[in-house]
Amino acid sequence: MSPRQPHPELRSASARAGTALAAAVALSALLAGCRGGTSEDPPIHLVGDMDWQDKRLPQSESLVFADKRAQRPIDPRTVAHSRAHDDRARFLQDDDAYFHGVDAAGKPIARMPVEVDAALLARGEERFKIFCSPCHDNTGSGNGVVIQRGRGGFPMPVALYVERLKDSPDGEIFETITKGRNNMPGYAAQIPVEDRWAIVSWVRVLQQSQAAKIDDVPAADRGKILAAEKEGM
Amino acid sequence: MSRFLFPKWSNKVLPLGFFFGLGPAGTAVVAGVWYYGTNKHFEVGYAPEQPVPFSHKLHAGDMGMDCRYCHSTVEKGAFASVPPTQTCMNCHEKVLTTSPNLAKVRESWKSDVPIEWVKVHNLPDYAYFDHSVHLSAGVGCESCHGRIDQMPIVEQKEPLSMGWCLDCHRAPEAHLRDPKDVTKMGMLEASQKSGQPMARPADLRKPVPPQNCSGCHR
Repeated sequence: MSPRQPHPELRSASARAGTALAAAVALSALLAGCRGGTSEDPPIHLVGDMDWQDKRLPQSESLVFADKRAQRPIDPRTVAHSRAHDDRARFLQDDDAYFHGVDAAGKPIARMPVEVDAALLARGEERFKIFCSPCHDNTGSGNGVVIQRGRGGFPMPVALYVERLKDSPDGEIFETITKGRNNMPGYAAQIPVEDRWAIVSWVRVLQQSQAAKIDDVPAADRGKILAAEKEGM
Repeated sequence: MSRFLFPKWSNKVLPLGFFFGLGPAGTAVVAGVWYYGTNKHFEVGYAPEQPVPFSHKLHAGDMGMDCRYCHSTVEKGAFASVPPTQTCMNCHEKVLTTSPNLAKVRESWKSDVPIEWVKVHNLPDYAYFDHSVHLSAGVGCESCHGRIDQMPIVEQKEPLSMGWCLDCHRAPEAHLRDPKDVTKMGMLEASQKSGQPMARPADLRKPVPPQNCSGCHR
């Protein structure tokens, strides 16, 4: 046997190793496509020591309470006594006009206890589109997407710009948002008080805009609206 | 009795074994852990089955409802709350009242026992993420959650690893938009395709995301 020639056994061994290596490369190339594939199994944490701590996060599960809510339901009699973002701190919400939309006699107030400016209207528009438009539609017509796609389940609400609602006091609209009316559920849990007043202001805008004439628009902006109308909006 | 002599080829066993055996195996292990031992593999793609087959594609996509209708705490709180059963019943008290898919919602509404939704995007407990600051800075939902409006079943799209967070904290420009548009879907993709940044008023203060430890850890 010449010294240059490797031992036949070794030759076959190295061939086997070569094949194994090629297979490993092919396999890993195949597996590489599997990174981040969809899975129903919870993620594996290689070192999970402190990832799950013995504390309860919002809406997490508790082993202490029978209903498993770590976040305890608020007693309905609880009153938030102040809020950091509310510059007019109202101790124990002691302001019927602002928090309930009623006067001392319990009647809905005619005009909202909030100063109406462009910022409030903008906020009202945004909030209206988030919380009200699904049913009431962006225009307030009452033919929102829930009505359109609700398979007849949800009755169409009355248009927000009917005379009766135009004449209704601000406090009544506020109360309707808060507590709901007829088929509409109350939105107190989803919309904070200050946003409810902003929405009231926007409802007033929608009521005005339905009867608006082109002469009501500032001269500088008329061209924009006419152009949009031409485009078939 | 002659002495046992290792054959000459045995000199090559160790180096060749190293070269063809241990070397590739070790490389495969290191490369495998490098490539797969990361959130990009473990976290991305997590799409658990939920107790109620709620479709974000239907509600947020096709119907165009705003994210904040249900996740109403997201702008003010650290935590983007999963809506209570009451929010479902706002509409489903009337819509699809006999659908078997909604049986658990009705049951929860009657019994006042919450639906046990499965959390998909779950950070380690030592990371204190705050939704509200990201929204007011103008980071859209889709930057971290992907195109939720196209998902019948919510799936985690981003690794949510610390390196991934820092990538954006070091250079947030590509993810900043007008804070008014945070819930709009598709803006990020359009911007990435066109190479143009998302629309954002020029006079807005540019956010300075923290890169120090205590920015996210306490």
